[in-house]
Amino acid sequence: MASDDPLIQHVLRRAGFGASAAEVEYYSQRGLSRTINELVDFTQIADDVDAKIGTPGYTGTTSNGPFSPSTVINDARQRWLFRMVHSRRPLQEKMALFWHNHFATAYSKVAGNTFSIDATRMMAAKPSEHPAQLRGQLELFRDFALGSFRDLLVEVARDPAMIVWLDGRTNIRTRPQENFAREIMELFTMGVGHFTEADVYAGARVFTGWNLQRVGAVRDYANGYYRFQYNANQHDTAAKEFSFPIYRDGSQTIPARSAAAGMQDGIDFIDALARHPETARRLARRLWSFFVSELRPPEDLVVNRLANIYLQSGYNMAEVVRTLLFSREFLAATSYFSRYAWPVEFVARALKEVGSRGFSLASALNPLLNMGQQLFEPPDVNGWDLGQSWFSTGAMLARMNFAATLTSNQRNNIAQAARGQAPTPEALLSFYLDKLTPAKYDRGAYDDLIGYLQAGQTWTGADAQLAIKAPGLLHLIIGSSEYQFI
Amino acid sequence: MTVTRRDFVRGGVAAFSLGFAAPRFLCDLALAQGAGSRNLVVIYLSGGNDSLSMLAPYTDPFYASRRPTLAVPAGQVLQIGTDSSGIALGLHPRLTGLRTIFNQGQLALIQRTGYQNSSRSHFQGTDIWSTASPNSTQGPGWLGRYLDSIPAPVDPLAAWNTAGQTPHSLQANLVSVPAIPSPSRYAFMSATGVDGPNERAFATRIASHVPVNRPHLAFVNSTAQAAFATLDRVSSVSTYAPSVQYPNNGFALALRAVAGVLSRGIGTRVFWVQTGGYDTHAGQNTLDGTYATLMATLNDGLIAFYNDLRNQGLLSQTLILQFSEFGRRIQENGSFGTDHGAASVMMAIGGQVRGGIYGSAPSLGPDPQNPTLENNGNDVRHQTDFRSVYAKVIDGWLGADSTKILAGDFRGGAPDIL
Repeated sequence: MASDDPLIQHVLRRAGFGASAAEVEYYSQRGLSRTINELVDFTQIADDVDAKIGTPGYTGTTSNGPFSPSTVINDARQRWLFRMVHSRRPLQEKMALFWHNHFATAYSKVAGNTFSIDATRMMAAKPSEHPAQLRGQLELFRDFALGSFRDLLVEVARDPAMIVWLDGRTNIRTRPQENFAREIMELFTMGVGHFTEADVYAGARVFTGWNLQRVGAVRDYANGYYRFQYNANQHDTAAKEFSFPIYRDGSQTIPARSAAAGMQDGIDFIDALARHPETARRLARRLWSFFVSELRPPEDLVVNRLANIYLQSGYNMAEVVRTLLFSREFLAATSYFSRYAWPVEFVARALKEVGSRGFSLASALNPLLNMGQQLFEPPDVNGWDLGQSWFSTGAMLARMNFAATLTSNQRNNIAQAARGQAPTPEALLSFYLDKLTPAKYDRGAYDDLIGYLQAGQTWTGADAQLAIKAPGLLHLIIGSSEYQFI
Repeated sequence: MTVTRRDFVRGGVAAFSLGFAAPRFLCDLALAQGAGSRNLVVIYLSGGNDSLSMLAPYTDPFYASRRPTLAVPAGQVLQIGTDSSGIALGLHPRLTGLRTIFNQGQLALIQRTGYQNSSRSHFQGTDIWSTASPNSTQGPGWLGRYLDSIPAPVDPLAAWNTAGQTPHSLQANLVSVPAIPSPSRYAFMSATGVDGPNERAFATRIASHVPVNRPHLAFVNSTAQAAFATLDRVSSVSTYAPSVQYPNNGFALALRAVAGVLSRGIGTRVFWVQTGGYDTHAGQNTLDGTYATLMATLNDGLIAFYNDLRNQGLLSQTLILQFSEFGRRIQENGSFGTDHGAASVMMAIGGQVRGGIYGSAPSLGPDPQNPTLENNGNDVRHQTDFRSVYAKVIDGWLGADSTKILAGDFRGGAPDIL
């Protein structure tokens, strides 16, 4: 193990989903700077991960009928997990997950208002898999993973899944619908405390007429689909006043406009929100707890530095995240293992570190539900409750039980890898601690791991003993608290 | 919800770990602390309940005129009489079971509950109801603070959360409340089969340590400890055979699990049950659609639970308390739904509840000066501070000191529901 491996592994746990042994070697050879730049400038790496689905040597998938991730939600879930485990652009998937939580949209409501095929398309369709190049919300998040936040906001406001999710279809001139206007200010940009109830009412009027259009017959699932449509007839053309500046000259009023030109209201409003200093600061704080630490808040200095880069770079998230990943605070050893692993991060990392040949991602779906994170199904528009909230007793048992399921499934590979590494219990444990990279065990827990290996029979390291004790040991490590941090 | 909630750190992890009872004492502890005593089942209707559709002031002329498609017509409400100001009230037509409980004098309806400057945000609103603190929503929840007030060592099953994640109300400094959506799935699996007992024994030992100077690790360990300490008692509930048939939905099955715990007498005294879908911005369809389904789920689950407890003689030791983060706008919107409003209705059910209608209904005339409304006559103004209801429950039911747990005296104005 090279001396800078722990740092590279830290970077990959945060800016990715952990690393297999081969990935650690690949990135270690590139060194820290090139690794971070390659993660951020991911468009230089081929986006070839989907082609690997269903091929030998990779994690498996299981579906009822042909694998169809653009139309069957459980297949979409498996494809995304597959990308987390195998993509050569891990930061793109990581940011897609960040945006999925930030603009949290739940499949079930979208499906309840349309149909499961339409809803899956809206959540996850890949343009190349649809005759009209329909792009689902996840692909939007991947395309704008590290792009302009302002452009992403515009796309989200026009996104069919979001329009169904926050009731935009019923936002009409005579009866404005407040749902989206409230959340774009409270959750997507500035945050609570920086706008008034009157702003919510005015914001609702801004987005009147932002609606969907059905192309094709309603039940023609093969060819029909929903797309964004600005419905000028339903737009409220009167002026809208806000408590904060909308324009660079400080003006707080969106002027009255003709219905035909009224879509500009929303663009002006989004520009104002993207430019608002509290949006910059709130994004900086959220990125801090996502990438750097949940155990200590960022210093004002750091928040301001990131906020300035955001504002000066024209809302360029690549530059914000690059700065964060190169920051002293992020690279400090005190930041290692200071983030509670989300369930999907926990699962993807375990698959990478243990190995997953012959393991089907379908067997991770129910465990993830029990751990509290079903992809495309955040509990509400505020996303998942993060940090300590992941760790209810039931969810902790679900993590331990996923560890049991995976290590049981991989027991032959595990035992085989351990062969020749296990003259003593200590040697076997050391071998696996290098592979699995949990946070450091204190003496007591370390002794218990050794105690487990010795329990029941005298240590010989023979194949028959390894066949049981090696998977059992991995179960204990992955199920331990030290493995629940990234 | 705010960043502070996410950053919420339980300060007393070490204290919890030390004060935490060893499994072999748990049965005695459970008997001493809980079994046979009063228990509280809190029911959260998530999303903001449109209480004007649940408890309808059906003779108010503005009720029908401001809600052309959503008002429950006079001919269809389940009439339950009038409130203290003589306003006739009726339950939603799907609440037949609740009317039965009302007629038995064991359902209290507390109108216009809320607080001043009601938040229209789901997350802030929920945090306020959870912490009972409109000004600062950081730190433990009100039920968590109650649990923290129980003398150590605390039974790890003192409370039982039937939802997957721990709600803010149950977050505590010293106690980690188990989340047990399904008793039968609350089990420890083995990777190897033959070595399963060793896996469990050593996993339990590993979780028993308090890592030095790493409170976050200690916190996760304490969660794992609580899981191990509760596995066997929870599994005894998974075989519960209720005295009635429960509907097959998440809400009813959670109540069924609660009945199982009460029936087995394993010591739990605070339960959390929630059911969602109340954020009815669009297509609310009070009578035959979305909202009717919500009422059906609520009613059918509750009446099964009530009858099950009654059949087993457990009603007199049970108090059910229902709330939601806010009520909804009076005027229906263009989507045939309702937007976020202010005050709502709380319910209390139980063998020792003094049933009836508490508080007075709002008068729905859209006059900005209407004293029962706020927000220019658009939303219902609170009359009863929700914290006074909490105070009544804490003092009069749980036998604790509400002024300490709520950090203030809210006893004045508390409805006399117990």
